[in-house]
Amino acid sequence: MFSNLMAWIEQRLPLMDAMNKHAAQYPAPKNFNFWYVFGILASVVLVNQLLTGIWLTMNYEPSGEGAFASVEYIMRDVDYGWLLRYMHSTGASAFFIVVYLHMFRGMMYGSYQKPRELLWLFGMLIFLVLMAEAFMGYLLPWGNMSYWGAQVIISIFGAIPIIGDDLTLWIRGDYVISGATLNRFFALHVIALPLVLVVLVFLHILALHEVGSNNPDGTDIKKPKGSVAPEEQSKFTFHEQYTKKYDIVDAIPFHPYYTVKDLVAVVIFLILFCAVMFFAPEGGGYFIEAPNFEPANGLKTPEHIAPVWYFGPFYTILRIVPDKLLGAIAMFGAIVALFMLPWCDRGVVKSLRYRCTAHTVNLIQFAICFIILGILGTLPATPLNNMIGTIATFGYFGFFVAIWIYSKNEKTKPVPERVTG
Amino acid sequence: MSNAPVNNGRRRFLTAATSVVGGVGVVGVAVPFIGSWNPSARAKAAGAPVEINVSKIEPGQLIRAEWRGKPVYVVRRTEEIIAGLSTHDGQLKDPQSEVPQQPDYAKNEYRSIKPEFLVALGVCTHLGCAPTHHKGDFDQHVDGVKDGFFCPCHGSKFDMAGRVFQSVPAPTNLMIPEHSFPTEDTLLIGVAGGEA
Repeated sequence: MFSNLMAWIEQRLPLMDAMNKHAAQYPAPKNFNFWYVFGILASVVLVNQLLTGIWLTMNYEPSGEGAFASVEYIMRDVDYGWLLRYMHSTGASAFFIVVYLHMFRGMMYGSYQKPRELLWLFGMLIFLVLMAEAFMGYLLPWGNMSYWGAQVIISIFGAIPIIGDDLTLWIRGDYVISGATLNRFFALHVIALPLVLVVLVFLHILALHEVGSNNPDGTDIKKPKGSVAPEEQSKFTFHEQYTKKYDIVDAIPFHPYYTVKDLVAVVIFLILFCAVMFFAPEGGGYFIEAPNFEPANGLKTPEHIAPVWYFGPFYTILRIVPDKLLGAIAMFGAIVALFMLPWCDRGVVKSLRYRCTAHTVNLIQFAICFIILGILGTLPATPLNNMIGTIATFGYFGFFVAIWIYSKNEKTKPVPERVTG
Repeated sequence: MSNAPVNNGRRRFLTAATSVVGGVGVVGVAVPFIGSWNPSARAKAAGAPVEINVSKIEPGQLIRAEWRGKPVYVVRRTEEIIAGLSTHDGQLKDPQSEVPQQPDYAKNEYRSIKPEFLVALGVCTHLGCAPTHHKGDFDQHVDGVKDGFFCPCHGSKFDMAGRVFQSVPAPTNLMIPEHSFPTEDTLLIGVAGGEA
């Protein structure tokens, strides 16, 4: 009976076939390490954000008069409202933690290199939309830091010559940030950008499954058809989508092998997530900043305007440049540089395991500079901080210049034919 | 395809014509979507001019008015402050107010209609914070200048004509809004003389 129903559906919509293609018969390299869990964790956080976000809109009021009070209402009067809000606010920071680690994994193992450039670009688009989503979401509680943070970010667009002032007026829909701005940010935050985000995630996964997952060795697990003896090939059944063109070695099906492995990561992640959510939901003032506990006030600038921690690196780059327009260009340049990474890196060896020492050093200095820039973004702009920030900014951009130089005639180690470990 | 009974020239023409008409349609449809982001009639009405009685401001005092949701600083400058404005031109980015951060009638040494009254937006031209007024103790920020504005966000400095000092993040002088004095004692912020 049930199998008849399944067959009936399958003839009309090949659901089982799609499940097999993307999970139960998807060949994943057998040597994934813990760096490979962050993609799944990002999906878990995305689902958390979507669910809690929908529930928050049920009591949130997107207006200049009602927004702040409605958030207090959610926190105090709505059953489990505090929990839903903290799941959402902690989720925002968690999203960036796992996404930054996910991106760094890609940089370490060369997962952006040919043939995965488009996959990397989709990932970067997701990152970009995620930043817009987080920025607009941060305005919604209508606290004073929401207000002034948005003021600073929107005025960046005012640096564009000629159209700048009209553009900021158009973005705000008022002469100042007001309920009109809040309302449109709400619409974009809860409908437009999540739709775009979900579509991009879908494309990211499709693009991944087309070219196949990279692995810590950067060795291709798809060998030319007929080049591998049958007893050398992977013993598992994979979807003919993959086997018709290639002989597959050193692979295991994504499900159940990696779903079970990822489940362990999800449990550990959720333990940490809950620890923050229940015991330090404000993240020490970094996840929810102190001035945001008073309502937005256009006549009262907070002592020190700091972005939420995840914007820190880019905010520092904006700030250390003494010219407003050049600062904005440098900040967007920092993101564009990441987009261009597949073309900055002219190397053919993917994993840092087999690349030159300079690459490892470069990658480490990039990570250090990124963290320093992030810390500085949350601190006041003193001359010393600006000096350190300038050095770190050079380190950040230097990464892309350096990789372009040494990757041309790079002295690499031999890459093994088959994955190790 | 090449043997198919089709006229490729016509087909290309029809495809191009359809694309152009469709493209015009897309642009047309975009108009209301983009236009609805402009300030609404209500927002424009709320941005109407603000009237202030300046006869009650003490010499040296700063009062804050709110116009279009932004703080407007109105300062009654003392003779001493007015005289001091010309002493530090060398330390300013734009002493002659060349950048159009003020209406033409305020493009003068005092950046105002009457030397006595400075009317400026209390919004730092760097990233929009509100600079604080330092009365008599501004020399802690700029040697030899006793009065001025200091932005607590990123340390930008302005003199008592709202002119920005060198080596600070703010790119331009403080914005001087359109304003006028319909009578001796009334200041109207948001509208130039002769318009109201």
